[in-house]
Amino acid sequence: METDIAVKASKLSRHFGTFTAVDEISFEVKKGEIFGFLGANGAGKTTAIKMLCGLIKPTSGEAYVAGYNINTDSSMVKKHIGYMSQKFSLYEDLTVKENIEFYGGIYGLSRKEIFEKTKKLLSELHLEKMRDSLTKALPLGWKQRLALSTALLHDPSIIFLDEPTGGVDPISRKNFWRIIYEIANQGKTVFVTTHYMDEAEYCNRLSVMFKGKIIEIGTPTELKNKYNKPSIQDVFIELVTRN
Amino acid sequence: MKTRRIVSIITKEYIHIFRDWRSLIIIILMPILMIILYGYAITFDIKNLTFAVIDDAKTPESRELIRGFTENRFFVLKYMDIKRGEIEPLFKKRFIQMVIVIPKDFSESLISNRVTKVQLLVDAADSNVGTFIYNYSNRVIQLYNEKINFKTPGIVNLKPRILYNPDMKSVNFFVPGLVALILLLISALLTSIAITREKETGTLEQILVSPVHPIEIIGGKVIPYITLGLLNGTIILLFARFLFKVPINGSLFLIAALALLYIFVALSFGLMISASVKTQLVAMLETLMSTVLPTIMLSGLIFPVASMPLPLRIISKAIPATHFLIIIRGIMLKGVGFWELWQHAAALSAIGFVLLFIATKRFKMTLE
Ligand SMILES: Nc1ncnc2c1ncn2[C@@H]1O[C@H](COP(=O)(O)OP(=O)(O)O)[C@@H](O)[C@H]1O
Ligand SMILES: [Mg+2]
Repeated sequence: METDIAVKASKLSRHFGTFTAVDEISFEVKKGEIFGFLGANGAGKTTAIKMLCGLIKPTSGEAYVAGYNINTDSSMVKKHIGYMSQKFSLYEDLTVKENIEFYGGIYGLSRKEIFEKTKKLLSELHLEKMRDSLTKALPLGWKQRLALSTALLHDPSIIFLDEPTGGVDPISRKNFWRIIYEIANQGKTVFVTTHYMDEAEYCNRLSVMFKGKIIEIGTPTELKNKYNKPSIQDVFIELVTRN
Repeated sequence: MKTRRIVSIITKEYIHIFRDWRSLIIIILMPILMIILYGYAITFDIKNLTFAVIDDAKTPESRELIRGFTENRFFVLKYMDIKRGEIEPLFKKRFIQMVIVIPKDFSESLISNRVTKVQLLVDAADSNVGTFIYNYSNRVIQLYNEKINFKTPGIVNLKPRILYNPDMKSVNFFVPGLVALILLLISALLTSIAITREKETGTLEQILVSPVHPIEIIGGKVIPYITLGLLNGTIILLFARFLFKVPINGSLFLIAALALLYIFVALSFGLMISASVKTQLVAMLETLMSTVLPTIMLSGLIFPVASMPLPLRIISKAIPATHFLIIIRGIMLKGVGFWELWQHAAALSAIGFVLLFIATKRFKMTLE
């Protein structure tokens, strides 16, 4: 099934008890696109992303990721995606090199591949000198770039980034987004959540989440034109006050 | 299943273990500390039982009998010829555990060959001690009888011979039990913490989003801790053998093989708990509660299973330590081999597989 659709969700919902964290969201993401989920804390972004990655099961609805059904074929989905969780997820007591080797290993890369990837990655990230330092010694911005790199080790076609720039200074955030553009230029699909309005402007397309629902979807320019606002921040405020 | 993936997890787990050397020291020292502490503190050995004598006869024969009690390492004569009214206060103050009352006609009675009565008052507040005093006094009396009746050898004498633990040393009984308790505790605790730690840091999620199968995660997590468990087991046995002088009459290889099986059960238990718990603290508490309590109360570690009511006896069969206790005591004290123990080995395997099955199931559910 060769299409230009990387992710397709239809009426995807997730309940926790009586609480509806994600409420019948439907959307499509094209291959090579940078697709953003914008929403305040608690909007349901993480829950939505976890369903797409096969970490939790949807209560109802379905979704296709890289052409595979997340309900029935989650192990195939897992082979084709990379995921960087909102929580920082490298091992702090392992060195930079050991972290790369571990994540390479669990994706089944061979020793040779891991060796080459490690070398390439460390030079790309200018981390050669830090190779044998414990990860906890790295500044946060570096850690996040390292986490992103390890999530890309197995060359996935889609990468899910859950608030990748949380708590990072503006310069590091700019740098991080430069990398996201590079990834997209390689033809990979980037699915990114954020609650930073300025970051939302960088996305190719954007969906705005509010209380579990997608209340608006479109390119940043489309949205600004539609609501006749100068920035996404103003669009967002307008949308939230309306709902 | 890919060995590459399991090897990655194992390697990483070893790095965690060795890099966190403080915890490693605790892991190694804790069992040593426990065995020294418990080995010395919880000892049921009965020594220095104090007693009083009321010798109304005051003959050479009666003095001979008293000597029978004082010439051993258990009894210490504390009061001689107290008044009868003093008996009770002395018992109540726990100054004495036994009183021997020798009647006035003791010697005459012996000579005239009647049945001679000597009164023995025993403080049985601690029933173990009470029984011991009673049994041992009987033995003293028997020896005495033999001595004075040497001319009439036809008499049948009941001479108990204590098997397997001839010195009646409770260390011999208790230290193998500690092996069972400590191995279970350490192994279960370590795995449950190792998994919940990754839940807390969020790294477990990062693993679960990869194509790794739950069995590979479990295998990778468990194998390093099996080796750690074996190391602990070896240390405890060395202490048992050389500090507490507990004999190891059976095969060391058999001990190692069955200890491995027992460690596997303990690790599965830790996994099962960690699969449904979110934080290290809760995992630690749950593991402690659910391993230590049943093991101490119901496994036969202290209280013999045989004297429990039927429902508890049935429950005890589901407790891993019950079987391992029989195994380790059997091998160490009686020197029995695999054929006497295979049922318990089978029971352990069954418990282990059930636990592992539940753990894997629960793990799959946490992903869902
Ligand atoms: N495992 C869970 N159990 C119960 N409620 C949850 C669980 N996970 C998330 N929620 C709730 O769902 C809502 C959405 O959470 P989340 O998806 O993390 O939002 P976001 O990532 O947009 O901040 C929140 O109100 C959160 O409390
Ligand atoms: Mg979130």
